[in-house]
Amino acid sequence: MNRNVLSRRVLAGVALVALALTGCGSNDNSSQPGGDGNSSQPGSGGGSAYADLSGELTASGASFPDAYYQEVVEAFKSAAPDVTVTYNATGSGTGKKQFGAGLVDFAGTDSLVKETDGVAAGSFRYVPTVAAPITVSYHLEGVDKLQLSPETLAKIFQTDITTWDDAAIKADNPGVELPDTPITVAHRSDGSGTTSNFTKYLEAAAAGTWKLGSGDTVAWPANTQGGEKNTGVAQIVKQTNGAVGYVDLSDAKATGLTFAAIKNKDGQFVEPSLEGTTAGLEGAEVADDLSYNPLNAAGATAYPITAPTFVIVRTAYDDANKAALVRGFLNYLLTEGQELAEDADFAPLPASLRDKALAQIEKIQG
Amino acid sequence: MTLTNPSPAAEVAVRRRGHGALGDRVFSWWTLGTGLLVLAILGLILVTTVREAWPAFDAMGPRFVTERVWDPNPATGDAIFGALSFAYGTAVSSLIALLFAVPVSVGIALFLTELAPRRLRGPAVTVIDLLAAVPSVVFGLWGILVVAPALVPVYQWTHDVFGGVPLLGRLVGPVGSGRTFMTAGLILAIMITPIITSITREVFGTVPRADKDAALALGATRWEMIRGAVLPHSFGGIVGAVMLGLGRAMGETIAVALVIGGATNITANLFAPGNSMAAVIVQQFGESTGTFTAALIGLGVVLFAMTVLINVFARVVVRRAEARMKGGVA
Repeated sequence: MNRNVLSRRVLAGVALVALALTGCGSNDNSSQPGGDGNSSQPGSGGGSAYADLSGELTASGASFPDAYYQEVVEAFKSAAPDVTVTYNATGSGTGKKQFGAGLVDFAGTDSLVKETDGVAAGSFRYVPTVAAPITVSYHLEGVDKLQLSPETLAKIFQTDITTWDDAAIKADNPGVELPDTPITVAHRSDGSGTTSNFTKYLEAAAAGTWKLGSGDTVAWPANTQGGEKNTGVAQIVKQTNGAVGYVDLSDAKATGLTFAAIKNKDGQFVEPSLEGTTAGLEGAEVADDLSYNPLNAAGATAYPITAPTFVIVRTAYDDANKAALVRGFLNYLLTEGQELAEDADFAPLPASLRDKALAQIEKIQG
Repeated sequence: MTLTNPSPAAEVAVRRRGHGALGDRVFSWWTLGTGLLVLAILGLILVTTVREAWPAFDAMGPRFVTERVWDPNPATGDAIFGALSFAYGTAVSSLIALLFAVPVSVGIALFLTELAPRRLRGPAVTVIDLLAAVPSVVFGLWGILVVAPALVPVYQWTHDVFGGVPLLGRLVGPVGSGRTFMTAGLILAIMITPIITSITREVFGTVPRADKDAALALGATRWEMIRGAVLPHSFGGIVGAVMLGLGRAMGETIAVALVIGGATNITANLFAPGNSMAAVIVQQFGESTGTFTAALIGLGVVLFAMTVLINVFARVVVRRAEARMKGGVA
């Protein structure tokens, strides 16, 4: 047993040296959990401002950025070994409710706070974290390249267009042979921020054509199909010839779906990609409270259907340590953590927005 | 039993009567208490759900049950919450389930009690009970990944062959993906088969040997014996079993949510997607707020009311049928 512990210490020591050499700035107590309190040596490594933090952070909310948040939480463990962060993907609505009731320290949300969410106005701040494209995925045998304008997209999803060889789709795809397969529209059956962003996009980009309104749940026509979560919609699209649905990029990729290129504000057809999403964020107007809307943003390379996601934090925490933890974790998420975004198929924030978000974190009191 | 001259044993019993009386009193309080507890819990559930759902009932009025539109975020105007489409989905999927499950379950139960060789009974019962132990989410996932895609060609064939027939053709309309009322009903049928089977089996087991022997002695064939002796005796029990199965089918949530297709739809076409009340609650509750949440709880109240009504109706049917059958026998 003793030898075992010893060898582990040695291993940890070797790892530590390696880390120090690569300049990762991990400090002493990160390799000796549960030891004699906090014997951190100031000045060693110097880079990690997080190692002095200790305590627990609980958060809940949006499931859309969950994959990314979990990676950040995992990575944060090595930067701040005495901090436990748990993020529970309950959905934006539940997250906001729990935040309003004081059950969680911060909440993730895809949508802005509404009156009915139970969060008092002025008691919270938005911190934008990442964004991701929502793909329009389709399954049509014999067609592997498809371009859609917002008007056509709106007509497809409200079932004004019912077959793939419709004149409107042909007009968007000159020279492409389209079969007369009936269109099966797949949408989310659960309330979802993805639905909210997708319908908001159609409302903005196809104003006058789109009649179903926007929100977490909308009244889809009767002859459409609902799937549970992104994976459920992806399943329908995968299984059904002639199906089309909106799915976030990571699930669409994981299911092996093909996506349509969407005509953006500048008239260019752009396929969903992280670069296109970041370009869209740059073109978006950011409000003073940092809520912003990247949907249908300007820019020739911008992918127009981009879902932003936020964390909401309190303006002031009763507990100073809590405030420090929230600041620490979000600071990490917006700096080192941003590098993890692309691996999880999320687009990092452009520098301008990121700086504003970092400034927002500094305002947290407590 | 003479009271004038008690035996020593009886004297002991009498001396202990104090204890016995206390035991009886405790027993009656206890049973009364537990009986009332069930009623109280039911009552509290009803009161709290109605109270929570009140904002939606208040906003919609009777339209809550007659309106087929469900639109929490309309483009213009107030949100519309109508439970009719989902009530329809609940009713249709449960009816399909009963249509398939009842004949199969009663058949299995008859086979096990009347026909199966004794050594087959034990293993067969175990296998059927195991079916009841499969979690509903597993049925749901099996439904979307395996059953639904596999049924598409079957639905397509049925539509091609019978689509032109009047009336019947309306039931077997055009096919989309395999997530339909029909698929939900079939999955539910598999889920409720074990419960109906095991209860009807128990009920058939209570038919007096003498009744069956009498029927056979009069020259009845096996089927005539079953029809004349077994079924009339167990009719009430079978209906009870069916009601338990129906209750499970109507309340089944996650399996239905996965396979029914998630569309707000009222159509005769069984090959079209729809939605059920329980499924809508689980799908939309997480992201709902305010009146929307109230409306979802309201769906729960409607489901509760539907279940109670159906059970009362079943009771009436059983009472009438039993009166008629017993009258016939006597």
